[in-house]
Amino acid sequence: MTTKPPADALAKVAARPDLLLSTQHSLCPGCGEPLALRTILELIAELALRERTIMVCGIGCYTAFPGIVDLDVIQALHGRAPSVATGAKRVLPDRFVFTLQGDGDMVSEGLQEIVHAAARGEKFTAVLLNNGVFGETGGHMTATSVLGQRTKTTMDTGRLAEKHGWPIRIADLLAGIDGSAYVARGAMHTPAAVRWTKQILRDAFQAQLDGRGFSLVEILTMCPTDWYVTPAETPAWVETNFGPTYPLRVLKS
Amino acid sequence: MKVLMEGSHAIAEAAIQADCRFYAGYPITPSTEILEYMSHRLPQVGGVCMNAESEIEAVNMVWGAAACGVRAMIASTGQGISLMQESLAELANAELPCVVVNMMRGQGDYFQATRGGGHGDYRHIVLAPHTVQEAVDLIGLAFHLADAWRNPVDVLGDFVLGHTAEAVEFRPLDDSTLPPKTWAATGARGRPGVNVTPLGRPEKLRLDPGNHYEHIAAKLPRIAAAERRCETGFLDDAEVAVVAFGSPARFVKYAVRVCREQGMKVGWVRPISLWPFPDDALAAAAGRVRALAVFEQNAGQMIDDVRLAVLGRVPVVAIGGISHDHSGFGVGPLLEPKTIVARITAVYRGKAAA
Repeated sequence: MTTKPPADALAKVAARPDLLLSTQHSLCPGCGEPLALRTILELIAELALRERTIMVCGIGCYTAFPGIVDLDVIQALHGRAPSVATGAKRVLPDRFVFTLQGDGDMVSEGLQEIVHAAARGEKFTAVLLNNGVFGETGGHMTATSVLGQRTKTTMDTGRLAEKHGWPIRIADLLAGIDGSAYVARGAMHTPAAVRWTKQILRDAFQAQLDGRGFSLVEILTMCPTDWYVTPAETPAWVETNFGPTYPLRVLKS
Repeated sequence: MKVLMEGSHAIAEAAIQADCRFYAGYPITPSTEILEYMSHRLPQVGGVCMNAESEIEAVNMVWGAAACGVRAMIASTGQGISLMQESLAELANAELPCVVVNMMRGQGDYFQATRGGGHGDYRHIVLAPHTVQEAVDLIGLAFHLADAWRNPVDVLGDFVLGHTAEAVEFRPLDDSTLPPKTWAATGARGRPGVNVTPLGRPEKLRLDPGNHYEHIAAKLPRIAAAERRCETGFLDDAEVAVVAFGSPARFVKYAVRVCREQGMKVGWVRPISLWPFPDDALAAAAGRVRALAVFEQNAGQMIDDVRLAVLGRVPVVAIGGISHDHSGFGVGPLLEPKTIVARITAVYRGKAAA
């Protein structure tokens, strides 16, 4: 059974957030990354952080975002956003600095960078958009692809532990590091998950604003194109395939 | 007032005098003393020194600081510089001013520095000091040129330069003519957001990478025309000119003087900017002499640029070579005036083959 939402709620959901310069983007229908961006931009506006925000963007599908957000953005190379954010935050410690990286960027290419940034207790907020694939290159296995997941490079068998190894739970890993102050995992696949994610992003941002140390929010995002499902099927895909490996919870606060 | 300082420390202090406020480094011989000096000195002036966990992280920390409009520097040696190449290439595309110091082991990194060791169509401006005082002066110039051209500038030193102590004077440049860094990411206070990116134009809503790469490439001939630097000596009546850069050029200057005392009409040409290469000065020298002798502490790298500059008008003879002691750090036994004099003499008497 579905309940029809009130008209003003629909208008609000359909409206463009203030910090978004265009609704044009090059991402696929059903992608979870624009939802995550929207949630972040809404929060920056609500917390009145725009004029002191520096966004550091990694390389992936979300590299489409710097051109359409009304924020100061530093584009980093693949894997390097935590180091670039370190340089920015260290020279401008009163600014609000956050990174946006995918799982290929943060966990595959840039694992060393994010681990050391957390261990140094760098006072920026790292946001991971985790869809378990290299979306931009066309759907290949990353370090977070779950067991059984079919990708372009695990097509015949899905990810097999004995052949491809196990996925890295980066949030769990970083929660175990002394320099991290706040670590949590959210998702974009249901309205409830979006609300939860907005709350943990708010807590992570606050950890930075309070100078408490490194913060990470992992956000599970849908990739119907590279999961080989329709957009409507992605919420169930997240529950079934990501749910057991990546439960939504606060790992450190 | 002059102060006695070791080359590495003088380079670090010169950076601070030039308003460098961010340094990131990973220890590697023979550049480590710069990191050591910065770690205690930069915080005294309100700057930040990062003892990074890798060269790749170090150069990307510099990226972040430079993107915020802060003067930033990194130092390493060729091996560490190799690790940084992706970022060193894209820093040029992002038009981020920064200074990259390479304290080489010998002079094997000439190609790496002047050709751009990374991908794509870019160059770093490369300056090669031969004394500690010149290193101090060129560090200031490097920061100035980096801001003026919005391009990384490399300062190419070596083991000898880094570990030679000299009395130096710090003479900061007038940077007041430089434009304000309105492109920097500082938080969009009272203005639209900006992008600092190697992937295209900084304007929102029109990234246009193809156009951007053309813009970067179009800067290079303008830099090449404006920034060639060279020093020459004893060329008026010279029959042979010796070409050398960096610390070995200091030995060459001495060796040429010895040759002069022995009656040989010998001069020298010392490129200070390695990119852009002072091909005009080399071409002019080639019009005077019957041979050019290139002394460099490697298997023959700058000699390619010398040959391109003189286009076959005179024979170009290699008189240098790979030269390390057992440490491999570049304390070359070849840096011995008697040896250099003998090699110049052989060219002078027509006994060395081109």
